[in-house]
Amino acid sequence: MTRLRGRLLVLQVLVIAMIVVLVVRLWQVQVMQGERFGTVATETRTREVRVPALRGSILDSSGHPLVRNRTSLVVSVDRGRLERMHDGGAAVLRRLSTVLGVPYDELKQQIRACGPGISRPCWPGSPYTPIPVAEHVKTRQALQILERQEDFPGVTAEIQSRRDYPHGKEAAALLGYLQPVTEQELERREGLKASFSGVDLVGQGGLEAIYDAAMRGKPGLRRVQVDRMGKVIKIDQQANPVPGDILVTSIDQRVQSIVEKSLDQAMKETPKSNGAAAVVLDVKTGRVVAMASRPTYDPSIWVGGIKEKDYRWLLSDKSGKPLVSRAINGTYAPGSTFKISSVSAMIANGSPLNGSYECPSSFTAAGQTYANAGGMSLGSISLHTALEKSCDTVFYKAGFEQWKADGGLKPKGTPKEPMTHMAKAYGFGRRTGIDLPGESPGLVPGRQWKKDLWASMKDTMCRRAKTGYPEMKDQAKAAYAKRLAHENCVEGNIWHAYEAINFSIGQGALLVTPLQLARAYAALVGDGNVRSPRIGWALVRPDGTLVKEIPVPVEGHLPISDHARDYIRKALAQVPVTGTAAAVFRGFDFNVVKVGGKTGTAEVYGKDDTSWFASFAPADNPRFVAVVMVAQGGWGASTAAPAVRRIWEGIYGVGKGDDGKPIKPALPGGNPPARLPVIRDGVAVQ
Amino acid sequence: MDGILLGAVVALSVIGTLLVWSSTRNWNSAEPTALAKKHVLNLCVGLALYSAVAVSDYRVLRRYAPLMYGIVTVGLLLVLTPMGATINGHRSWITIGGGFAVQPDEVAKPVLVLLLAMLLARAGDKKKDRPRYLYVALCLAVWGGTAVLVMMEPDLGTTTVLTAITGGMIVYAGVHKRLIAAGVVLAAAGAAAVWFLGLLKPYQVARFTALMDPSTDPRGIGYNSRQALIAIGSGELFGKGLFHGGQTTGRFVPEQHTDFIFTVAGEELGFVGAAVVVLLLGVVLLRCLRIARLCEDRFAALVAGGIVTWMGFQTLVNVGMTIGIMPITGVPLPFVSYGGTATFSNMMAVGVLQAIHIKDRVFG
Repeated sequence: MTRLRGRLLVLQVLVIAMIVVLVVRLWQVQVMQGERFGTVATETRTREVRVPALRGSILDSSGHPLVRNRTSLVVSVDRGRLERMHDGGAAVLRRLSTVLGVPYDELKQQIRACGPGISRPCWPGSPYTPIPVAEHVKTRQALQILERQEDFPGVTAEIQSRRDYPHGKEAAALLGYLQPVTEQELERREGLKASFSGVDLVGQGGLEAIYDAAMRGKPGLRRVQVDRMGKVIKIDQQANPVPGDILVTSIDQRVQSIVEKSLDQAMKETPKSNGAAAVVLDVKTGRVVAMASRPTYDPSIWVGGIKEKDYRWLLSDKSGKPLVSRAINGTYAPGSTFKISSVSAMIANGSPLNGSYECPSSFTAAGQTYANAGGMSLGSISLHTALEKSCDTVFYKAGFEQWKADGGLKPKGTPKEPMTHMAKAYGFGRRTGIDLPGESPGLVPGRQWKKDLWASMKDTMCRRAKTGYPEMKDQAKAAYAKRLAHENCVEGNIWHAYEAINFSIGQGALLVTPLQLARAYAALVGDGNVRSPRIGWALVRPDGTLVKEIPVPVEGHLPISDHARDYIRKALAQVPVTGTAAAVFRGFDFNVVKVGGKTGTAEVYGKDDTSWFASFAPADNPRFVAVVMVAQGGWGASTAAPAVRRIWEGIYGVGKGDDGKPIKPALPGGNPPARLPVIRDGVAVQ
Repeated sequence: MDGILLGAVVALSVIGTLLVWSSTRNWNSAEPTALAKKHVLNLCVGLALYSAVAVSDYRVLRRYAPLMYGIVTVGLLLVLTPMGATINGHRSWITIGGGFAVQPDEVAKPVLVLLLAMLLARAGDKKKDRPRYLYVALCLAVWGGTAVLVMMEPDLGTTTVLTAITGGMIVYAGVHKRLIAAGVVLAAAGAAAVWFLGLLKPYQVARFTALMDPSTDPRGIGYNSRQALIAIGSGELFGKGLFHGGQTTGRFVPEQHTDFIFTVAGEELGFVGAAVVVLLLGVVLLRCLRIARLCEDRFAALVAGGIVTWMGFQTLVNVGMTIGIMPITGVPLPFVSYGGTATFSNMMAVGVLQAIHIKDRVFG
């Protein structure tokens, strides 16, 4: 027994030692490191769930939705959680593939991160946000996922709101689209990080981009305690989301629809055309009533993440790049529609309104002959007739004489350049500042422009004038290019007579956008103010409170008298009756509404002519300006003018439709809504 | 009867019930106390068994030890037949209908203690201080039979407990130091062989590597180890209060009502509560050793030593694994963890010691 007792004594010592070790270690873990573990515990236990705010819808001027929200059940996957599983989440994805009926490989591709060498389908958004893998799932499928969270860790199904476009392709380029925010975007856009909810999308084009901050609203925040499975046990803190503001635009959906159909027909009639645009402005307010671009596309392809195939198609020549709005981004020579600027420059430069002007069949200057379109010769005519019949030679002469007065090839002092300055006063050569991204400034040429261009090019040109173009295979072409380089090197800074002459009829280097032309006409036939057009009319909270009315800034005033403007307007009013568009408007009932306008046919080197028609109505007291441009559309009178005629017929209800019945006016009395629509609970009350 | 021993056991049982209640109250919102009630029922049955054993003559147990060993062996064999039930990867249960199940390997612990004590009590030398070598060999055979069956479940935790009991009791019985040294070397060699010959399952290896570096497998074994440490650590000095442990409520730690119940104590009762649990277990072990010291019977002393080894080893492994000083092994915390068979065995073991204590006072 002694040995046994002795050995049990050793056991007793071991037991005491063990108790001491355990208690010391507990002290270490709980008291010495307790605070640190406490922090870690809070981190593992609490989740911050951002509740996305409902994005504001986009309404037309009478409250009709152009873009609205519709809710759908969306299944999302948390890639981070899947990656931490021992099989990388393969088992979960396989189960998910069975429930959703989507192939496993497809799911796998959808959730990988986009990057160099990895193209769509992939996830371009933040790696920390749930990735939507299926939309419009059935309630039954969602329940299968939600009720068996142990089988679907990291997978959630929730109701999300999605953009809905009730009018399909109409106004697509203008409305824009939404995309998941990218990492770069978060960095670039200061302040976005803080207010941005992971599941939200960001406006990437059109109105969605410009009014993104207002329409996005403020996401709600829910701090919750979760269990190991991610199930919410307790809500610690909750802040409800603030829905985004509703954007009421001055677009009139009915007019927009008419414009879209009219462009479709114009495109159908000119198979060679690769683009077209139409703009309808409210002359009184400077707001946009309709705006369309061709080619167009259905913006719903962005909803729920665009597919690689569609994305590539959108950016390809095959689709014609419909994301580029021809109305604000396409620049073209305006042709004769520009004569309003040239005639204004003549009047401002002292040409009398009651004077008479020679309209021969051709004009010769500096050894070159410039022919009138169609060889027209009208003898001695008024400015009124020069506009009505679009006599080029009157403007050639004026352009040449102004050039000569400035000193021709060797200008003295400060040249007056009446036509260049008038064009700029009309707002050409700079962005209109419309509330859309990616607008082109266009180009107004002149003496200073030549100098600037030469300064930037002369080094290259002078080098090429010496070395030539040895890399060019075609020797004749290379020789021509070398001669051109030599000319540019020696006299590239000189504004030549031919340039001034071409410029006078809207040809040459001059480039304008359809929107620029429309606002120039609106200034001419309206109060003479050049405005920065707006599509957004007001931002309104879903409960109807007005946040702010979006003003239309006035940028300047045309430097000609009201009398002169009236004179030009009256001349243009004659164009559809007896002028260049008379044939197009044959049978148009001017008793319903008188319209004025100007045709334009701009020559494009190596391509078909650009067809223009800039118009306004009613001719006596204009309310609207409508401009249609069809690239490679041929004569202004043959393609663009009929398109504008259809727009006026639709707005005022002139004539009969294809069905033989009288067309119902889209805007009875020709008046757009004067007051903002009344909004309650996010929708307009009729 | 040792009142302090009984008091410590009752105190641990009360704390255990509260912890079981706290950790299982979210299982079924309609019946938050369902498992706690079942635990109380187990304790009542356990206390009844304790009383029955305590008032009986422990020498009767000595006589029936071989028979009991036979029954346990049959039980362990039955576990491997279709009658056995698998819970959490261990095939350790026999269902007996009515929602009840027994765990033969839990019964094997006290039965092994009794049988080994019976074999080792027969002294082999004149001073009656060393066991007979034949019986030592027999002891190893008895241990081997049980250990193999338990390993087949497979339950590594219980196997190590059985090994500790056997090794301990052979040492207490007085075998020569040279033999102890040889045994240690042999055991080490055996462990090394098992390790390097790849006889362990990958998850068992992972438990050891995770102990060395919990970050090797943050979502598997390392995850459990880390979550247990976070839960206990976050309890700090006074704990978050019973029913207020976020880690516990969130079930970040697995098996909270059984193998990981100590994490609930650590988080909700803090260092103070956890230390009290450890100290109460210390009291139980030391009182058992006191009984061994006071008794005059070699069999009784060996039984006491075996029981202390069993419960002490389980305490060390169970508490140790939750505070990162022992590998994760599935053994329950005596008197605290939920589990019917384990509760009965523990209670009966304490009953045996009380019987020894009472007998020695009465008859000694």
